[in-house]
Amino acid sequence: MRPVHPAARSVACVILGVTMPTTITRLIALGLVAAAAAACRSASVAGGPGLIQPGAPGQEGRTVSVADATDLSKVRFTPADVRFMQGMIGHHQQAIEMAALLPSRTSREDMKLLGKRIDVSQVDEIRMMQDWLRARGQTLPDPHAHHQPGATLMPGMLTQEEMARLEAATGVAFDRLFLEGMIKHHAGALTMVRELFAEPGAGQDGDIFAFASDVEADQQMEIDRMGALLRELQR
Amino acid sequence: MRGLAIRVGAVAAIVGGVVLVGGAQQRPADPQDPRIGLKAGLFDAGVAARNMELTATLPRPRGFFDPAQPAGEPSGPERPEPALADGTGAAAPAALAVPAAPAAGQPAGPRPGTPPARGGLDFANSDLAFAGTRMWVGNFHGFNTYDIEDARKPTLLASIVCPGGQGDVSVWGNLLFMSVEQTRGRIDCGVQGVPETVSKERFRGVRIFDISDLRKPRQVAAVQTCRGSHTHTLVPDGKDPSRIFVYGSGTGSVRPGEELEGCSGEEPDQDENTALFSIDVIEVPLAAPQHARIVNRPRIFADETTGAIAGLWKGGDHGPGTQRTSVTNQCHDITVFPERGLAAGACSGNGILMDISDPVHPKRLDAVVDRNFAYWHSATFNNDGTKVLFTDEWGGGTRPRCRATDLPNWGANAIFDIVDGKMQFKGYYKMPAPQTDTENCVAHNGSLIPVPGRDIMVQGWYQGGLSVFDFTDSANPVEIAFFDRGPLDQTQLITGGYWSTYWYNGHIYASEIARGIDVFRLTPGEFLSQHEIDAAMLVRHDEFNAQQQPKVAWPATAVVAKAYVDQLNRAKAIQPERAKAVVAAMDRAEGMRSSRDRNAATVVQQLDTLAGQLETDAAAAAGRDQARLKALAETLKGRAARLK
Repeated sequence: MRPVHPAARSVACVILGVTMPTTITRLIALGLVAAAAAACRSASVAGGPGLIQPGAPGQEGRTVSVADATDLSKVRFTPADVRFMQGMIGHHQQAIEMAALLPSRTSREDMKLLGKRIDVSQVDEIRMMQDWLRARGQTLPDPHAHHQPGATLMPGMLTQEEMARLEAATGVAFDRLFLEGMIKHHAGALTMVRELFAEPGAGQDGDIFAFASDVEADQQMEIDRMGALLRELQR
Repeated sequence: MRGLAIRVGAVAAIVGGVVLVGGAQQRPADPQDPRIGLKAGLFDAGVAARNMELTATLPRPRGFFDPAQPAGEPSGPERPEPALADGTGAAAPAALAVPAAPAAGQPAGPRPGTPPARGGLDFANSDLAFAGTRMWVGNFHGFNTYDIEDARKPTLLASIVCPGGQGDVSVWGNLLFMSVEQTRGRIDCGVQGVPETVSKERFRGVRIFDISDLRKPRQVAAVQTCRGSHTHTLVPDGKDPSRIFVYGSGTGSVRPGEELEGCSGEEPDQDENTALFSIDVIEVPLAAPQHARIVNRPRIFADETTGAIAGLWKGGDHGPGTQRTSVTNQCHDITVFPERGLAAGACSGNGILMDISDPVHPKRLDAVVDRNFAYWHSATFNNDGTKVLFTDEWGGGTRPRCRATDLPNWGANAIFDIVDGKMQFKGYYKMPAPQTDTENCVAHNGSLIPVPGRDIMVQGWYQGGLSVFDFTDSANPVEIAFFDRGPLDQTQLITGGYWSTYWYNGHIYASEIARGIDVFRLTPGEFLSQHEIDAAMLVRHDEFNAQQQPKVAWPATAVVAKAYVDQLNRAKAIQPERAKAVVAAMDRAEGMRSSRDRNAATVVQQLDTLAGQLETDAAAAAGRDQARLKALAETLKGRAARLK
């Protein structure tokens, strides 16, 4: 089912295309050459008509080799992309830890549901980010690394003291702390996306581009929803 | 296709057991469905088909797949993948180990930016466009042009390298339009990307090619937009044939104003000139396409009373047990129906209906939400313009969302009747065969199959295959044909399957993300007769872009009449004697050319009499039967008129 290598066909075309010496054979040759030309035309279609790369508007295009056309080495992931994915895993993990506090500390059903949503979506995204790193042979971070003393926290992440304060709270006080913390946390994810796109060469990998764009859209949406909940609490 | 992020992960877990309210729901899956348990493989997967036949298939051409990963890159969550086996596994530089953490049992891999190149979506086939005997297949890496004069033997005419994704294509005369959204897109079609964060070399927007020479297209314009162009829609100007418009829908991040003047990605309360919450209207002077430019960014989501530009769905769920729907700050895709002056926008959190009689200033007529929709993705009108069907791309197109555990109303189509310019929800349709968790699957692109008297659509479901269904009864859609292959891989999810499946001049053409292109023909069965297929085959377009929906009219011929008769017989809505007489009279007329033919006058009289009787029958009938009886009477009258 794979396309036939065009070189294999062009060899046959060249052999058939050799002209014959005598007058008598010339007539036969004409027929042969015509047949060969037809065969070569269709062959070149079957094997691929060659790759054309147009130029910028107003510029001429050019023929490119398969190797050049498929050389994506310049748009591969960069260290910044890897750092983004690695950092986002720990970032997401903290959201899961925060959401895990909800069932025992809030009495609001809408808050519990919010927590469940955060939990499933962040768990699934962590898995996806791990796949992305694994497929590129990159180091998988320990999702709990941020618990270690002196660990570098990604933007928006709660410090150990802030987490402790959240854990100690209950009722409406907890709800408020949770929403404020999660809004700050999600805003940090937006910062991470902005910083990623501010790094030269980052976000060129198609998958990273799609993921970062979606993180931006999703987290902004959740920030807006949590903001509305928070205003409701403060009424 | 929206990308890699899991928009709503494993949500079935939350709502498991919760019965969702909200309209008709189709019957549960058939455990005997032949689509269950198909063997996996790139080019040797198991196949199941009903009422249709695969007549041709061609793999993606060279230059449009990664030789190291012909299928694409695995992204499945099921099991860890071993480190790359090419021996380039140098230790990761220490700087990469941020945050500092013990590697969770995984070996360090190659340096970023080093080979081997991986597939991913970089070479994915995307949308299709048609003109004459040509088909253009968009690809994240460029586009390919095929000769489809013989639908059984499509041949590749040209391969054009010009990356940027998604590469959706439309055609208009000698111009080909292409959507570009990724930050790697370059004005000069280069494959090397744009490492600078701000650069004049970057291109995100709508490219326009002159394809007078099919084998050597020339880029004549590249219209830059703030969010790039995820999809686009051609909109003819009914009053001025010297120009057309393009509606550009951008869904990506907004680029900085330093790169393109006037671009702002702020929320509306921070910047009222934000590039969010709008679409791009591009004017293209056909005689000078190089002067194409943005002429409007209409605020089609604005609140009708306050004028606030963020006037529609704010994002979030609709209460316990409901789907989480994305915020409406973009359209994903717009389908126009110029004959009716209508457009249907599938706009993230809403489905919207617009009046486009002034194409530069589309005016919103109605907006709907749906508690089962995650992301409003695309739209298709029925041929009468009395219904609109929206798709929900739950999971973004890269996730498996057709498993037995996934709700049948999620990631489905929602069908609305259009009554007095307002949309009324009627029912859902989802391809009914459960798929595996290594098959990305959700509702995607399709088109109508022009069978007179019925609303029939063919639709791609990524690795869920393609499904042909009848939504004549909007509340009770029924599947009538399908084709499906097993997954690309048994153990890992590799993004693939049907991006677009469109009917064009007698065949169904399908772009497969990883496997290339497929061509199908319909075969008759209990749900669809040969006459109905033949009547659909009569419809011919010079050009076809699915997002620019044409209104179809059928000729007054015997096969069209027989298609209606088959439908009326199936519904037991016509007297058998009457049906026989109609068929006999149309057959007699078939060989005649004009009033000079012998017996022409007799046949004319027969047709007119029968038409009158059918009109009487119609007056006593109701609903769809009445419409078919009337249409059949018109067909007979039309045929008679040609013999007078």
